[in-house]
Amino acid sequence: MFHLILFLFFGAICVAGAINLLVQSHPINSALSLIAVMASLAAEFLLLGAEFVAAVQVIVYAGAVMVLFVITIMLLNAGSEERTKGSRIAILIGVPGVTIGGVLVAWTLLNRPNAQTVPIGALKGDPGDIARLLFHQFLLPFEVTSVLILIAIMGAVVLASRPEAVARGPRKDAE
Amino acid sequence: MVPLSYYLLLGGILFVCGVLGFLIKRNIITIFMSIELMLNGVNLTFVAFAAQWHALSGQVFVFFVMVVAAAEAAVGLAIIIAVYRTRETLNVDRVNLLKL
Repeated sequence: MFHLILFLFFGAICVAGAINLLVQSHPINSALSLIAVMASLAAEFLLLGAEFVAAVQVIVYAGAVMVLFVITIMLLNAGSEERTKGSRIAILIGVPGVTIGGVLVAWTLLNRPNAQTVPIGALKGDPGDIARLLFHQFLLPFEVTSVLILIAIMGAVVLASRPEAVARGPRKDAE
Repeated sequence: MVPLSYYLLLGGILFVCGVLGFLIKRNIITIFMSIELMLNGVNLTFVAFAAQWHALSGQVFVFFVMVVAAAEAAVGLAIIIAVYRTRETLNVDRVNLLKL
């Protein structure tokens, strides 16, 4: 019972944050509500027993990625979004299509004949077990993602630096 | 004891909110945040199924999804900065030419 109350509490924060992200017109408000969504999702992961994933969710998502977002919003001095017409097809077909799809998925999930329950901490995802799996069975993908991160960092530096600075090469004079 | 379908339902709601934000929003940063919301919904589904089937590899996959999302956020935000520098706007409807 207590488990269900915790689930509903954090789930309500999640859904409220997600809806607030859609409703707000200023990007910084959307970013802050996204942080609320991610933090309460970390609590949901803890309820499922995924301790490592919950910690990484807070550190990487609610920490690093959202700091990047907030810094970009402040750097570009992004004001509230201007309403333009956009694509009519995306609104007319996409929104009803997504809604119908979501309702179908929800209906299927709630009408499953033998609904299983997940006890609290069903599968202990502590860092030791994850590390054993990560460095034996998933060693090659792990190393490949490290290369991916390196490429992403270099790509971000090249893309975000000013074009003339890239063309000129490393700056000799400090102006 | 929470039914597994509740977790899946929450993941589905987050994913649908992400798709709706992707379609409705006009600000390129908010669209990017909607993508992160979709990734979070998928992560919750991964962890829920990992708990159901007692397979720890589901949680390892969430770790990989997070790593790829972090790389994507770094590159994507750099692209947004580059777009803003040439276009002086964040509205996706005003970014409609491939050339500068």
